[in-house]
Amino acid sequence: MAVIDTDKPILDARDRGGPAQPLLIARDLKKHFPVKGARGKSVQAVDGVSFDVQKGETLGIVGESGCGKSTLARLLLHLVVPDAGELVFDGEGVDTPDGIRVDALRRQVQMVFQDSYASLNPRMPIRDSVAFGPFIQGKKKPAAREIARDTLRKVGLDPELFGPRYPHELSGGQKQRVNIARALATGPRMVILDEPVSALDKSVEAQVLNLLRALKRQFNLTYVFISHDLSVVQYISDRVLVMYLGRVVELGPADAIFDKPQHPYTQALLGSRPSMDPARRIEEPPITGDPPNPIDPPSGCRFHTRCPFAEPVCETRDPPLGFWRGGEAHAAACHMLDPHSGHSLARDA
Amino acid sequence: MADIAELHSPLEAFEEQAAPATRVRGYWRSVAHRLRHDPVTLIFGAAVLLIVLAALFAPWIAPFDPYKESIVGRLKPFGWRDHLLGTDELGRDMLSRILYGGRVSLLMGVVPVLIASLTGGLLGIIGGFVGGRVNTAIMRTMDVFYAFPSVLLAVAIAGAMGGGIGNGMLALTLVFIPPMCRVAETATTQVRALDYIEAARATGASTIKIIRYHVLGNVLGPVFIYASSLVSVSILLASGLSFLGLGVRPPVPDWGLMLSTLRQSIYVVPFVCALPGVAIFITSICFNLVSDGLRAAMDVRM
Amino acid sequence: MPPPATCLIRTQATAWHAMLERTHGNAPLAEIQDLGVRFVGREATVHAVNGVSFAVRAGEVLCILGESGSGKSVTLRALMRLLPRQARIEGSVRIGNEDVLAMPARQLRDLRGGLVSMIFQEPMTALDPVYTVGQQIGETLCRHSGMTRIPARARALELLELVRIPSPERRLDAYPHELSGGLRQRAMIAMALSCNPRLLLADEPTTALDATVQVQVLILLRRLQRELGMGMIFVTHDLGVAAEIADTIAVMYAGRIVESGPVAAVLGAPAHPYTQGLLASTVHGQPRDRDIDAIPGSPPDMRKLLPGCSFAPRCAQRLPACRLHTPEARWPAPGHMAACLRVPASLG
Repeated sequence: MAVIDTDKPILDARDRGGPAQPLLIARDLKKHFPVKGARGKSVQAVDGVSFDVQKGETLGIVGESGCGKSTLARLLLHLVVPDAGELVFDGEGVDTPDGIRVDALRRQVQMVFQDSYASLNPRMPIRDSVAFGPFIQGKKKPAAREIARDTLRKVGLDPELFGPRYPHELSGGQKQRVNIARALATGPRMVILDEPVSALDKSVEAQVLNLLRALKRQFNLTYVFISHDLSVVQYISDRVLVMYLGRVVELGPADAIFDKPQHPYTQALLGSRPSMDPARRIEEPPITGDPPNPIDPPSGCRFHTRCPFAEPVCETRDPPLGFWRGGEAHAAACHMLDPHSGHSLARDA
Repeated sequence: MADIAELHSPLEAFEEQAAPATRVRGYWRSVAHRLRHDPVTLIFGAAVLLIVLAALFAPWIAPFDPYKESIVGRLKPFGWRDHLLGTDELGRDMLSRILYGGRVSLLMGVVPVLIASLTGGLLGIIGGFVGGRVNTAIMRTMDVFYAFPSVLLAVAIAGAMGGGIGNGMLALTLVFIPPMCRVAETATTQVRALDYIEAARATGASTIKIIRYHVLGNVLGPVFIYASSLVSVSILLASGLSFLGLGVRPPVPDWGLMLSTLRQSIYVVPFVCALPGVAIFITSICFNLVSDGLRAAMDVRM
Repeated sequence: MPPPATCLIRTQATAWHAMLERTHGNAPLAEIQDLGVRFVGREATVHAVNGVSFAVRAGEVLCILGESGSGKSVTLRALMRLLPRQARIEGSVRIGNEDVLAMPARQLRDLRGGLVSMIFQEPMTALDPVYTVGQQIGETLCRHSGMTRIPARARALELLELVRIPSPERRLDAYPHELSGGLRQRAMIAMALSCNPRLLLADEPTTALDATVQVQVLILLRRLQRELGMGMIFVTHDLGVAAEIADTIAVMYAGRIVESGPVAAVLGAPAHPYTQGLLASTVHGQPRDRDIDAIPGSPPDMRKLLPGCSFAPRCAQRLPACRLHTPEARWPAPGHMAACLRVPASLG
């Protein structure tokens, strides 16, 4: 069973499947973007990703540039339509004839974007940006404004002081609070956060993380937290999913992944973190080279070009996401875990 | 399970964020503020206003009847018998004809740009937002017209339709639609890629609502700036059409037409004959400089 | 017959190095005293840097640590006078005992790229997209060392090998957009090292890189700095990066240095409340069930600096006196400075 937040989630009035039903299931999601000018070639942004998100947990998704995590975030909200695969929200298929419609999905799932300068409309005052969501979803303007005022207060911004302001007058941390308020104004059950603290200073990052934790408890939310920063993901997540070049390479409870990473890529990522202790500096980089181009991914296991343990079988066969017998629901996609793979270091059953 | 009351306290204990240091000032007010501190634009803006007012009130300010001819008083220099700016080849007062001519020139300058902004802008926004094949179809059609030099295209269309002020304005409108469309499409495409549009889509907003609330406000700026710079071009082109005889018909006063008829007399009273050209030049430059000032005030990355 | 222009340039560059050899020894490579930088704008004046002093010796790595708005990048650019026209600079900036602020333009151009070199955060914007990597490195070489095309190309190849770019001959003729982020950053480092600078300035060069690439570039920079004996000033906002690369750290806040000293002392036993707050609020292995000790509030508005310690509004340990005067430097240990009233004025 997956690890759930210690506070038992209070069941939402809109709950359909019960506490054991994962809030979101993704099965074999694929999204390829055709490359302009090059026939037949495509950027394989997401290539067969499957996982589930339990009610009330925080699932962290971590990976470097080109791994597809941002595309995956947009797939979960159907902002980008998947080429293949399916999404199941609280037991109902998304965008299927007898399932839940996309606009109904968007009343229950929202997204917080990275604070680039373009995450808020520069010509709209803050209170209108936040009120837009409720307004679109049917509330009249005065009611929408009231919800906006309330939500701004909840993220620590005085609505009288900040409501009439424009985005360029706010600091990075304040803009990010507005982003969070915009996502919460429609009352979602699940929030997807795409690099919500990456553009912030470290001291502000800590404030926003504390805010996110408090909001999650108060509103009984489920988070999908996407980041390239391992330390942040480790702190905030219950379970972690590691992506590489459009595929899941490791998935499991956060503590298990950080204490006993099974996949060589996860091990390399963890070994690349700066040490904070000048006496114990990293002497040799864990892996060399850059993440390869998602247009032309390597054959077989996509990581084999940079893997210190690569063998011929890794080049020919793609390893499935296999479970590591030692841990609870801790899976990694590596031939070394599969005793029948033919890899010389494969564990015996 | 934690008490609901306890759940509230972490949030209320949150450090209230310090208010931003600047005064609240909307976008348009900050544009006005920047303009107020830009003396060049203010001076030329006043000049534009003066020109427009002079043209509007021409019937009241003009000292003589612009159509009244005089056999004796032909091609007289400045100051001859109360004709401050002399007379033209048929003895008509130049000052009055310049003032009345301003009405036609301004009309043919502003109206085509206005109509082209509306139609071209709309097409550009639709194409830019929808993207894909629709956008390609619209933009490639525009490219065909864009490939013709604007003067040639205007002359060709006006000539084919037989001249006259209405056809002249139509020709100019058609000439300006492609560039307006392109400006709108570029601005829309840029805006569409930004995160706040995605956020709006994520709340379930329809395309129309997104365009209305998020795209229009950000696209109108570049469109307006470009349109204001087109007015000066339009005045020039309109004068050119009249010069070639494809605009208004004589004896209606129009600067381009006046230039054409006064051309032969340039060695007789050179300053008088150059007057319509000077009027075109000054008007065009004033609009141009005001447009530049507007761009500097409006296009600031906030 | 007058000597050709290239010879003149070469003479100038060697003159630099010769002069530096003479003043070597205990004299610092770069020294800043009481630097102040203001940006005078139409609406307000931004006081970006307010009285910064430090020195860097040859072979030493100084890390300037601060968040956005602290003035760290402006300080770095002041070393080469790479600031826009609206900047008003006060104080003294000396490199190799020459006053940079009073230098004539010709000498300044020789300084930049010759004696002092800089690498930037975004290699895509720092490299010209219409020239190949080899051409750009060659241009720097011709400008400063007076080399002709063929020896310049050979030297460029050497430099690409120095920064461990795989298949360097092929990369010499590659355009910046054909290289990945990590390779582009290495190419920029190669360009910066081409004329054997004595001082390397680095403005957040690893911030935009992925974690696995960042660690490679940091190790490379450390190795190069040791091998070539350069002094380095490295600006960053990341404590972990500072721990990996610095010999000394200077922590900046609101345009002032609030703490400085050997990296082990500053990170191990921080004396200034801001440094302590930074360490506590950096996410690094904290337990999941508790809030992080965040520093409350946000950085001050650099257009309206209030008297007294700029950190006082956010400081949990503030005293009434903190709002009255800017605290002067105090020394809790030899070489370890903290500008805070809470730090005892005498040792021990």
